[in-house]
Amino acid sequence: MLAAFRDLYITFVQFVRTFGALQLFLFRLIMHSPGVIFRRFGLVVGQVYNSGALSLVIIMVCGLFVGAVLGLQGFDTLSRFNAEDSVGTFAGFALIKELGPVITALLFAGRAGTALASEIGLMKATDQLSAMEMMGVNPIRRVVVPRFLGGVIAMPFLVAIFSVVGLFGSQLVAVSLLGVDIGAFWQQLQQTLASEDVYEGILKSVVFGGAASLIAVWEGYNSIPTAEGVGRATTRTVVITAITVLIFNFIITAWML
Amino acid sequence: MQQTRTVELGTGLFALLGMGALLFLTTHATGTDDFDADLTYEVTARFENVGSLRKRAPVAMAGVTIGRVTYIEFDPVSLQAVVTFVIDSRYDQIPEDSDASILTAGLLGSQYIGLTPGGSPEFLADGSELFFTQSAVVLENLIGRFLVRGEQGDTQE
Repeated sequence: MLAAFRDLYITFVQFVRTFGALQLFLFRLIMHSPGVIFRRFGLVVGQVYNSGALSLVIIMVCGLFVGAVLGLQGFDTLSRFNAEDSVGTFAGFALIKELGPVITALLFAGRAGTALASEIGLMKATDQLSAMEMMGVNPIRRVVVPRFLGGVIAMPFLVAIFSVVGLFGSQLVAVSLLGVDIGAFWQQLQQTLASEDVYEGILKSVVFGGAASLIAVWEGYNSIPTAEGVGRATTRTVVITAITVLIFNFIITAWML
Repeated sequence: MQQTRTVELGTGLFALLGMGALLFLTTHATGTDDFDADLTYEVTARFENVGSLRKRAPVAMAGVTIGRVTYIEFDPVSLQAVVTFVIDSRYDQIPEDSDASILTAGLLGSQYIGLTPGGSPEFLADGSELFFTQSAVVLENLIGRFLVRGEQGDTQE
């Protein structure tokens, strides 16, 4: 009984400690960010390419099909109320406020987050990070911060692209396949969607981008330097990012309503 | 060299696409009739019942949005709702005896204030108050009235 309590206590203390260490890690990343942006911007651009440009294909294909299925489902549901014309509003709100940021963040964790975590983890396992420190190069500055910033910069763009491609996907289904009037589709959306709704989506994308990138580089940087440890770091990246993003999504939505 | 070229091209393309998408979302997907005038003047009106009128609801005349509701408060003395709204200063020739009514866009749409022009030679100015107002039509009351009338009709037969 006592042992169970002690285990619980130790787990709790461990959790608080990890959480605190994560905050300090984020603080360190932010402290180093201006220097990296102004002096080594090329490194950041390379990482924007890695996590952003290389994720474009998966983001656009997924966005197209998510939008298309929203068009189908929206049409099916709304036609029961004779409100098929509102399918644009339905798809737009769903994409811009919720599905765009959330699905992009989950895809980002799977496509770019795992790459970041395993890359940094493998650098650690093969002693590249220690070698850098030996040479007087700060690995946080040289390796971690550019990857973090690359993800933070790439995410809002990815989310916007996802939402726009999704909108056209739902337009494709609703207008071309199901015969909704194209004018009604866009006009209803423009009438009901306010700038605040778009800002909510952008805010979410920035927060999710920061969270996903932070978790990926943190897991990689703190991975156990073995083949198994790198694998575990990659898995944990996806799991923790998914949980964090969905919790943050709820909090931001509740706050913005 | 080839490597950097690919990276730069890819990043540039990605950033352009992203910015284009953001621009599309903020301009093309949101409302274009958003009222934003630099110079406005403030007018108040008292209503028995504002229904579900909210802040930022449009103020329209002849169907054109000319202003926006800025504030709704309850007057504890007269027990009425005091609605404050701003009107674009370009429209400064609205007769001061105009009629303000709370209307609904469509059957279940959002509510807005509709102004019907009066005949006074005096015009609305900053701080003036509209005296002819018509409250919101509350659907429940309307249905209730119909039901009562229906019952009366039954007894008369």
